[in-house]
Amino acid sequence: MSELIKLVEATIENRKSEYPDFGSGDTINVHVKIREGNKERVQQFQGTVMQRRNLNSSGETFTVRKISNGIAVERVFPILSPSIAKIELIRRGKVRRSRLFYLRGRQGKAARIKELKVAK
Amino acid sequence: MSGLIGKKIGMTSLYNADGQALACTVIQAGPCVVTQVRSEEKDGYKAIQLGFGEKKEKNSTQPMIGHFKKANTTPKQKVVEFKEFEVEHELGTSLSVTDIFEEGEFVDVVGSAKGRGFQGVVKRHGFAGVGGQTHGQHNRARHPGSIGACSFPSRVFKGIRMGGRMGNNRVKIQNLRILKVIPEQNILVVSGSVPGSKNSFLIIEK
Repeated sequence: MSELIKLVEATIENRKSEYPDFGSGDTINVHVKIREGNKERVQQFQGTVMQRRNLNSSGETFTVRKISNGIAVERVFPILSPSIAKIELIRRGKVRRSRLFYLRGRQGKAARIKELKVAK
Repeated sequence: MSGLIGKKIGMTSLYNADGQALACTVIQAGPCVVTQVRSEEKDGYKAIQLGFGEKKEKNSTQPMIGHFKKANTTPKQKVVEFKEFEVEHELGTSLSVTDIFEEGEFVDVVGSAKGRGFQGVVKRHGFAGVGGQTHGQHNRARHPGSIGACSFPSRVFKGIRMGGRMGNNRVKIQNLRILKVIPEQNILVVSGSVPGSKNSFLIIEK
């Protein structure tokens, strides 16, 4: 990639170092700033990370899936987006692939992900 | 109308205050040198000619070397005339991005579109094709269909849209917002896409 493009991308405020290190299968809680008129409030979106795409580029995104009132909701966040206030890591998941699209065909018990026990 | 000559660097994305990603194009605009000033008395109209991009002297013709010498500069790759430039400039002055453009302004970008080669009517003119694949249709899904009537007029009218060479024509994209100006490297970031491939010349008009 051109050095000049990197220069432009460097002007985006990069807060990635403030976020925890998370990946596919992890359960995270994303705090999203929402603007309603002139007011700004924070909404939380908690769910399983399905994938992280375009790693280490200015267009990096991650997909979070959750079951809301029995309906599955998937939301894609650009990781450099200024509307993300905070990301909390709730639980690490043990998965064997980087893209968890198989969750879409599963419900209830079948959609569980084993917890990854990290040795202290 | 004022403007500059530039070079397309490539595309990336920036974020606005609402957290939405915006597709944007990075352009290296300038520094341009005023290589000729056209005046009402001498030429009948007002304009200035700008030059952009370094060119080796051995690759330039003698007449062009002489032309650039008059403006006290080295040979340039691209020379464009801008009519009715808003601010008057003297021969040989160098213009950078910050002299012309500001963040938040709207600009028009002119470039030469990528050549697509010989293309059929579906891609070139947006024809819908035949549509179905059943009812005996087997080998003309992307054909134009009829190009006219029969014994009257006994010919095909001029201007009927058909397949042919596509692209490589001059295209102007209007009203692109300037998202960012970086003065040190003469970088201009506009929202959206602009015609042409990377490293192709662009004319940015205000």
